[in-house]
Formats: sequence, C-alpha cells, structure tokens
Amino acid sequence: MELLQDVVFLDRLQFAATAVYHYMFVPLSIGFGLILAILMTKAYKSGKPEDDHLARFWLKLFTGTFAVGVATGITMEFSFGTNWADYSRFVGDIFGAPLAAEALFAFFLESVFLGVLLFGREKVGKLFYLVSGWLVWFGSCLSALWIIIANSWMQTPAGFEIGPDGNAVLTDFFAAALNYSTLERYFHVLVAVMLCGALMAVAVGAYYLLKKRAGDAGMKLVRLGAIVTLVCAVLMVPAGHQQAVEVAEQQPAKLAAMEGMYESGPVGMSVIGWVDEANQKLITIEIPGLTSFLATGDFNAEFPGLNDFPENERPTDVNLIYQCYHFMLIFFGLAAIALVLALLVTFGKLDVSKRRWPLYLMMVGWAGALLAIQFGWCTAEFGRQPWIVYGQLLTADGVSAVVDAPQVIITLVLFTVVYTFIYVVWARSFIKTVKEGPETIAAADDAAAHPVKLDVEVQE
Amino acid sequence: MLILGNLWYIIIFVLIISYFALDGFDLGAGVLYPFVAKDEKDKGRIMKAIGPVWDGNEVWLLTAGGALFAAFAPAYATVFSGFYLAIMLVLFGLIFRAVAVEYRAHGGDMPKVWDVLFFVGSLLPALLLGVAMGNIIQGLPLDAHGDYVGGFFALLNPFALLCGVLGLVHMLTQGAAWIALKAPVDSELRAKCAKLRRTLALVDLVLFVVVTAAFFLLIAPTLPYAIASTVLAGVFAVLYVIGMVVTAFVSKADEPKGDLLAIVAAGVGCLGLSGIIGATQFPNLVPALDPALSLTVANCASSDVALFAMTIIAVIGVPLVLVYHVLTYRAFRGRVD
Repeated sequence: MELLQDVVFLDRLQFAATAVYHYMFVPLSIGFGLILAILMTKAYKSGKPEDDHLARFWLKLFTGTFAVGVATGITMEFSFGTNWADYSRFVGDIFGAPLAAEALFAFFLESVFLGVLLFGREKVGKLFYLVSGWLVWFGSCLSALWIIIANSWMQTPAGFEIGPDGNAVLTDFFAAALNYSTLERYFHVLVAVMLCGALMAVAVGAYYLLKKRAGDAGMKLVRLGAIVTLVCAVLMVPAGHQQAVEVAEQQPAKLAAMEGMYESGPVGMSVIGWVDEANQKLITIEIPGLTSFLATGDFNAEFPGLNDFPENERPTDVNLIYQCYHFMLIFFGLAAIALVLALLVTFGKLDVSKRRWPLYLMMVGWAGALLAIQFGWCTAEFGRQPWIVYGQLLTADGVSAVVDAPQVIITLVLFTVVYTFIYVVWARSFIKTVKEGPETIAAADDAAAHPVKLDVEVQE
Repeated sequence: MLILGNLWYIIIFVLIISYFALDGFDLGAGVLYPFVAKDEKDKGRIMKAIGPVWDGNEVWLLTAGGALFAAFAPAYATVFSGFYLAIMLVLFGLIFRAVAVEYRAHGGDMPKVWDVLFFVGSLLPALLLGVAMGNIIQGLPLDAHGDYVGGFFALLNPFALLCGVLGLVHMLTQGAAWIALKAPVDSELRAKCAKLRRTLALVDLVLFVVVTAAFFLLIAPTLPYAIASTVLAGVFAVLYVIGMVVTAFVSKADEPKGDLLAIVAAGVGCLGLSGIIGATQFPNLVPALDPALSLTVANCASSDVALFAMTIIAVIGVPLVLVYHVLTYRAFRGRVD
C-alpha cells in the first residue's frame, strides 16, 4: 500500500504503462506502412485487381492500427508536462525542439496523407495516391527519428551546459541531436520495428495458408513478409553490434547490469539466469567469454563490473535489467524461428499443405518480435535509472510537484479502462478484417464508396 | 534575446489560432453530430466531411504543445501539471475521437457506442480549452517554484466556465458552417446547418458581449497584470465581430454560394478571439495572482541557441505543412454525396 502513496512510483508506472501500450502499435504501424507501400507499388505497376485488393485489405489493417498509435501517442507528448513538470523545466531547452520538430515534420506528413489514403482513392490521381502511401511510411520513420533523438539525449546527454537556474541549456544543437547514441539507437529501433511489422504480414499469410483461404494472397503475404524480415534480420546484426559497442562505451554500468556482472572480467553469454542482488552473484550457466568475443573479437577482453562504478552511477534494479535484456534475446529467437520457417515456405523447401505446425509458429513470430522490442526498451530505460537524464537529473526530482498520488491513481484507472477497451476493439476489428479477407474487404469498400449505385440495385 | 522570445510568443499564438480555426470546425461538427444528423446517411456525410482533414487539424495542437515546450518550458510545465485532470479529460476526449472516427467510419459494429464516444470526445476539448483560457485570463495562483496551487475545482469558476461556453459555441458555429459547406446542396442537412450557423453565430456574439462585460465588471478591477495593448485588443475584437456578423448574415439558408465565405469568416472570428487574449496577455504566458511570480517571455524563454534552432526548423517546416494543407484541402474540395 505504500506504493500507492509513492507519487514517483505512480508517475513512473503511468509513463511505463502508457509508453509500452503505445509501443504495441508503433512497431506494427511503421512495419505495416512499409508492407503497405510495397503492396501499393505492386498494384500500381501490375494493375491487376487481385493486387489492388490485397493492398486495400492491408490498408485497412494498417489504418486501424495506425489510428490507435496516433491516439495513444498524444498521451506521450502531454505526459512530460502533466506528470514530469520539473523534468520539463530542466530539459525544455533541449528536449522540446525535437518534439516540436516531430509534430511539424512528421505528424503533419502522416496525418494529411493518411487522410488521402483513407478518403482519396477516387479523388486524387493514381500516382498521387501511391506517393501518399510512401509518404505516410516516411513520416512514421521521421517521427521515430525525432523521438529517438529526444530519448537518446536522456541516455547520453551532449551539447549543453547547466545554466544559472540549474536547468540544462543548449549550447550546440547538432551535438545534442546527434549525441553519442542517437544514430546507433535509431538504426537498431528502426530495423526492429520493420521486422516486427513484416512478421505480421507473415502471420496473416500463414493464417490463410492454414485455413486454405483467400487464394494465393496467403502465399504472397508470407513471401513479402519473409523477404522484408530477412533484410531486417541481416541488418540487425550490425545494428545490435553497434548498439552494444555504444552502450559499452557510453553507459558501461548499464552493460554490466545487463550481464549481471559485479566484478570486472571477461563477459560470458547466458540464455537464462538470476541475479542475486543481495549477495552480488549471478546464477546461470554460460559460455565463458562469448560476449567479450562478440564485442571485441577477444574471449579474454575485460569489461568493468558494477562494483567498479561509484555507487550513485550503478543502475538500481540489476536483476530486472538482466532479465529484460535476456528476454529480449529469447523473444528475438522466437521471431527468428518464424523467419526461418517463412523462408523455407517461401522457397518451397517446406510443404505446409500437410504439416500444420510451422504455420502456427509463423503466426506468433510477430508477437516474439514485439516482446523483444518491448524488453529491449525496458532494458534501455531501467538501465538509465535512477537517472531521468543520465548523470544529470534524478528521476525522483523530475515529477510534477503539484500532481499528487490520488490524481495519478485516478488517471491510471482511467487509462487502464480506456486502453483495455481500445485494445479489445482493435484486436476484434483486426481479426474480423483478416477473417473476411482481401476480396470481401475490397468489395465492401467499393459498395461503401458507391452507395447510390447500390441503392438503385436494391430498388430494382 | 527578447527578440527571438517575442517572435516565439507570436508563433505560438499563430499555432493556437490555426488550431482553433481548423480543429474548431471538426470538434464543433462532432458535437453537433448527434443533433443534426437525422439518419445514417447524414452521419456518414458528416464523417466524410471531416474524415480527410480532422487528423491534420489536430496536429496543430500537438505542434503548439511541442513549440510551447521547446520555447517556454516553464509555462508548458505549469499549465500541463497545474491543469492535470482537465488536460487528461481533453486527452481522453481526443483519444476517444480518434478511435471513434476510425472505427465508426471503417469498422462496422457498435455504431451507437462510437457515436457517443465521438460526441463526448469532441465536447470535452471544445469546452475545456475555453475553460483553460478563462483561467489564464484571470491569472493563476502560482507558488515561487512556478507551480499552480489552486486545485482542480478552482478551475471551474463562473468566469472560466463562461469562457468555456463561448469557446464551445464558437466551435459549434464553425462546425455548422463546415457541415453546411460540405453537405449536398439541396440536402436537408445543409439547410439545417446553414440556419443553425446563423443562430449560433448570433448566440456567440451575445456570449462575447456577456464575457466582455463580466471581464470589465468582475475581473478587470483586480487584474494582477497590466493589459498589454488595449488598442490591439480592440482591433482583434472588431475583427471578431466582423467575422461573426459575416458568418451570420453572409447568405440566406437557401443560398449555398455563401457557405465558403461563412466558414472563413468564422475562422476570422477565431483569430479575433485568440488575438484579444494575446494582445491582453503579452508578455505574460501564465499570469500569476502575485505579478512577481508570473511566467513571462523574459523568465521562460529558452536560450537563444535553442530558439534559433527552432526558428530554422519552423522556417523549413511551416511552408511544407502549408503545402500539405493546400494539397489536401484542394483534393477534397467540393461537397460530399
């Protein structure tokens, strides 16, 4: 019950819950956007009705997901002011510009051209319509860039000084925006979200193969999803590596926590384990030195342990960080299995007309990717604690002094109710659309666009 | 230093005016929706009338919020944390709306639930944004840290509520004007909304007189800050009155050719209303009851380095945004069927 009076805990809980929720839709939106743009391009080039129907079907899945992402994103932009007023005062000089730029460069692009996609199919030219599809996707990638810039500054602040009133003051815009971790983290995140969205295409395709429905749409989606996922997975190797190197250089204490290392030495690789924080011990079975080898090419390369850092620089919840990081790897493994199966199916090496189990695994691969992404973010953000701006401002000093625990509890309850409702609606609508399939969706779409004609037919 | 700060004061007002002028009509249409649509066909028309543009319109609010954060972080922090529950209600309204428009127009089932959420989601921002303005006009109880210390219910004072109603009626006027512009020429919906447009514009003018009188009789004698420019405020007031008179009398209900001018005039009304606040408040962002604690351009503005970077961003970004708007409003010009 003490936690219910702890306003810092409640503010963190609300931010974490709303951010994780928002981030269930963001990766799907960005990934779906790419798949959509490719499907639209294909339909534009071939001019075949079945390609057109598939693109329109995917558009419907995309817009439902995108709408929830947009709606829950507003929460995030407001939340800095509502729940983190002192943080806002501290970082305003630096953090506000990326947020404003995100709205100006990305949100307008996305929202305006999404309007064209939704309502303009018969109002604008075919090429304009196609370009709108690409622009929506491009806008969502830009949006991610600005938000990663802002978040990276919280991880590895740069290009600023502390002003006379104790708040951060910008001294160099480019040093702040392109700080020590921005590009590595952007690359890593972008590849991950694309991979997740592409695996959803695999999942939908696998469902059709399982139910033997929707003609060759199932195989088309599996193929396209598998290829995009493969490209992302290949890119993930340098992306993950760069990110690890960056963390090792910029936030070595976080790295130590990710591997549960208290004393310096070579870092092993384990799949599961448990950090006994009281006794400063990691209980696990590991391959000694493998992480050292991956990071440097030398099994004996030494990395500092948590005890090598001053107490106030050590992350607060070591086991939590360890678990999040390892869950990220495990769930990425699940996604990778789905990818391998999808590739085997794509290249005709695996016949799924009789063997059903690979299809079930292909249908859940996206969830593995999504969980990996969520745990990855948790690793990054828990790893930053107790700091809200690494090394500069403590999380506990960032909250809104005037927003007390009862107010946060009220909004937490509201968020829980409203967000649960929205999730149910989204999932129901998504599943319904998938069950109806491309042909039905396109036909219903046409009927809605020409209600007058339909009326005449009914009267006759 | 003050030059860039003052520039951003103006830019943020322009963003807020753009927001009210654009999102005002689709919020208003959302509140009118259950009352003016007599059947599914009318509901579909209203959804189609705002469908392609509402999302882009709403982004002006996010941009204004982001710009306030970037240029005047202490003011952003004070307003958003001080009005916590009110802001959250606006937020839930916007969330409901976004989801309702999407699933009402493209989803199918539960139309009644979506209709209610669309209405509530439009009403909350349309009413509460005006209430917030009404509180800022009076000045807020701030402490030395810049935090609002009045509590939630103090925000619901009579003057602020009156301002809320004024804002709501203004958006309803815009909403009626927009539906009248987009509905088929000879439809009952258009005729109804054109009539409503006139009534609402006149009610809006009456409310404006009431709010102005209340301000001078009740608020002005104890106003904790000096009015920046009475002349400029007067100019904006005249603009507002012209805008609303034109909205009301631009055409008879059976003459569709004035529909476009009516919505533009209602937008000029937004410019007038918001302009009055800007001309009164400058250089205050959040006036405090104790004038020494007021948040002003001088004590809130970000550093010159930050404001300069923001200016560059705006110089590149704003023309792009205008191009998108021209493209989309052109593509969707004309009436829905």
